Amino acid sequence: MTASPSLHPGQAPQTVQGAGHSPAPVPRRRSLLRRQVIPGFTLSMGITLGWLSLIVLIPLAGLVIRASGLPLDRWITVLTDTRLLAALRLSFGGALIAALINGVLGLIVAWVLVRYPFPGRKLIDSMIDLPFALPTAVAGIALSALYAPNGWLGSLLAPLGIKVAFTPLGAVVAMVFIGLPFVVRTVQPVLEDIDVELEEAAACLGASRRQTFWMVQLPTIAPALATGISLAFARAVGEYGSVIFIAGNLPRVSEIAPLLIVTRLEQYDYVGATAIATIMLAASFILLLIVNVLQKWNRDRQGGLR
Amino acid sequence: MIDLQQIHKTFGAFTALDHVSLSIPRGRMVALLGPSGSGKTTLLRIIAGLEHADGGIIRLDGQDATDLSARDRRIGFVFQHYALFRHMTVADNVAFGLKVRPRDSRPSKDEIRERVSTLLKLVHLDGLAGRYPTQLSGGQRQRVALARALAVEPRLLLLDEPFGALDAQVRKDLRRWMRRLHDDMGLTSVFVTHDQEEALELADDVVVMSHGRIEQIGTPADIYDNPATPFVYQFLGNATRLAATVQGGTAHLNGWQIPATAPDGAAVAFIRPHDWTLEDAAAGANATLRHASVLGSSLRLDVTLEDGQDIEVDIRRDAGQAVPAAGSALRLTPNRVAVFPATA
Amino acid sequence: MSKRSLRDHSATRLSLVALTVVIVLLFLLLPLAQVLQQAFAKGPAVFWHSLQGEDPLAAIRLTLLVAAISVPLNLVFGLAASWAITKFDFPGKSLLVSLIDLPFSVSPVISGLIYVLLFGAHGFLGPWLIEHNLKIIFAVPGIVLATVFVTFPFVARELIPLMEEQGREEEEAALVLGASGWRTFWSVTLPNVKWALLYGVLLCNARAMGEFGAVSVVSGHVRGLTNTMPLHVEILYNEYDFVGAFAVASVLALLALVTLGIKSAVEWWHRDELAATRRH
Repeated sequence: MTASPSLHPGQAPQTVQGAGHSPAPVPRRRSLLRRQVIPGFTLSMGITLGWLSLIVLIPLAGLVIRASGLPLDRWITVLTDTRLLAALRLSFGGALIAALINGVLGLIVAWVLVRYPFPGRKLIDSMIDLPFALPTAVAGIALSALYAPNGWLGSLLAPLGIKVAFTPLGAVVAMVFIGLPFVVRTVQPVLEDIDVELEEAAACLGASRRQTFWMVQLPTIAPALATGISLAFARAVGEYGSVIFIAGNLPRVSEIAPLLIVTRLEQYDYVGATAIATIMLAASFILLLIVNVLQKWNRDRQGGLR
Repeated sequence: MIDLQQIHKTFGAFTALDHVSLSIPRGRMVALLGPSGSGKTTLLRIIAGLEHADGGIIRLDGQDATDLSARDRRIGFVFQHYALFRHMTVADNVAFGLKVRPRDSRPSKDEIRERVSTLLKLVHLDGLAGRYPTQLSGGQRQRVALARALAVEPRLLLLDEPFGALDAQVRKDLRRWMRRLHDDMGLTSVFVTHDQEEALELADDVVVMSHGRIEQIGTPADIYDNPATPFVYQFLGNATRLAATVQGGTAHLNGWQIPATAPDGAAVAFIRPHDWTLEDAAAGANATLRHASVLGSSLRLDVTLEDGQDIEVDIRRDAGQAVPAAGSALRLTPNRVAVFPATA
Repeated sequence: MSKRSLRDHSATRLSLVALTVVIVLLFLLLPLAQVLQQAFAKGPAVFWHSLQGEDPLAAIRLTLLVAAISVPLNLVFGLAASWAITKFDFPGKSLLVSLIDLPFSVSPVISGLIYVLLFGAHGFLGPWLIEHNLKIIFAVPGIVLATVFVTFPFVARELIPLMEEQGREEEEAALVLGASGWRTFWSVTLPNVKWALLYGVLLCNARAMGEFGAVSVVSGHVRGLTNTMPLHVEILYNEYDFVGAFAVASVLALLALVTLGIKSAVEWWHRDELAATRRH
């Protein structure tokens, strides 16, 4: 559920207007339009664009319009608020750390699931999607109970002086939980498709197992891994439900940016909420762009050599 | 030189190699020829160390290499689909085997660059060092794979269906070029193929395999002229298979009497289409022409023998010579016949 | 299928497998076990009791209602979008695909906020709505809207790559044979994608029932009226009614497990068919 579909990149653009009005009442001799053989273009495209506009585009545009109406000095006030800066630092910094941890853990899990048959592998494989399916609030209270000082894991960590629940570390733990499947599910199919011959070629040329991994296999899956890490990062930046239960939400310490939006809303500070949301939305857009570029890189690298 | 003794390999219930022994002298080019499933690729992979035999011994230059890992064997391997590293340029692909050497035996950066450019010149790719594999044609990729394998100065070069993925014209050109390269560099090479023409044209020695066993080893002429088994007869070149009976050292077939070593009883005889002589039918016909077709300088005759068996006959054709009409009576005599017991 | 590999060191192998099992147990399964343990901490009777009563039942009813509205809407959308995108060529196609994916990269809180800005008392349409005595924010319609937003891409996302891969030939063949457009859709396209569709709907449903952030912003948390199950979990948790919170949470966790179970079962029973339709 991660990689975006490949859509013939080299397709010649064609005009759309009127595509569904066939049969055309007037002979269109020099039209660029190729008559569509398959019916239903107008209907399906109408539903798609209509629903997309109603649910996604118009509401998001509303946010942007609101934000663009804010005077500059309000922006400056909002952006220099140390509480907001701390919250953004935790949301982005924590998400980055969590995404990198997920990069390592996810690569190991995907590697093992693809390459080593072991009893129970199917079960482990199907459990990977759990964070996709488990409601975030449930994950949140479960993690916070688990890592609380008297919890199953918290009580083990407490003697070591490690506090997870109600600290920024707790936020990172929740972000790791919700991000893991993104890396596994992006890397897994690519790992499955890698030719065994690449490994064999490297071995025949005298490379050790380690050299083969670092010089041949890792570069081959690098685009997929980077995509997975970016997706996990994007998800963690905006994550709310699972984090707020475990993080403790202490302003300037363990408060995440989405929570600050909620707080502002509860105080009827629509301007503040809009400004923070706009910053985060912009970040999501940039991330989305990065993911698209990475996926193109991935497709190019996976592109047929045969 | 390479010495294989009693190599045995099974995959589950399937016997891929059935106690195969083979020796390959230095400087030779050897073809492993056989249909798919004959075990030729498995044998190649076992020599390379990519597959481990269930039993048997491999000796390389007199040393026991049976348990040596692929990376320590110094054997070059060119994969059927080349297995180029697609994130590396052509030059980096070729340099790979040198770069992964342990520090103390690794050439300096300049030496590596030098070696790579020499090799790329050798395979006529000197202009393409900075390209990526996806930007190359099939023939170019094949040559990159070859240069990459040669870079580590292997004592033996293995090629798995080296021309299989190329189109016909490229294949012919590369074949000749490869043979010359082998001779110029003094290589020892083994290649796997299912194409008899390729094996006969290219190799010094041909190893014909079937069902995990070696059917025959010999020079191309040897193998073609004196096939050791019915399988080799049918797999190499065209041959008509006819039923015959042996009695006291003579095979009886359509009225002909042919000396044979096969034991008494039912037998099979193999005759190549060009091993027939067409005589004057006035001396007594023994066959009927069904159809005749002109194949350039030869005439292909589809013939039914007197005893009802169908054969194919190729005879030389002079320009302007009349094509015999279907239904004509013919008198044919076989020049070379090989007779094997029917059960073989 | 596992890959034939050049014998990775058995020690490496073993430790990596062990590590994977530990990762999955520690990060994924332990939280699940924690939910059950906490829910039953005071025995099954208390667990059962916490699911009774007006508030939990109202929350369950509302959650089911919201899913029952938003999942079919997104199902129809997903089918339409994947049909339009994979069966036709038009400019801006990849932009459209990115836009459909957009809700995935928007923070759930922002997903709720945009509707508050649109329909809330201070929103664009707020005054008009108040004038006509219509309530969207802090009411069920707002919850449905926010849920539709966050589950927007699920069905389309599962279908588009598969239908893209399957191409158009089968549909064209059906049309040439005289089938109508609808007929082609029902008897050619749909059977080819039914398992991917089912998986998309399952994920969509799991997310619709479990959504927290977006719904939390638009709901107003009115007990018995605008409280969904995840919101009810939060309320109980914040009131230190841990058994109650985890009891409701365990019902949601069960939903997640059923979702994964059906997915795995479908993959297992229909792996040949999936492989065939995906043309691997």
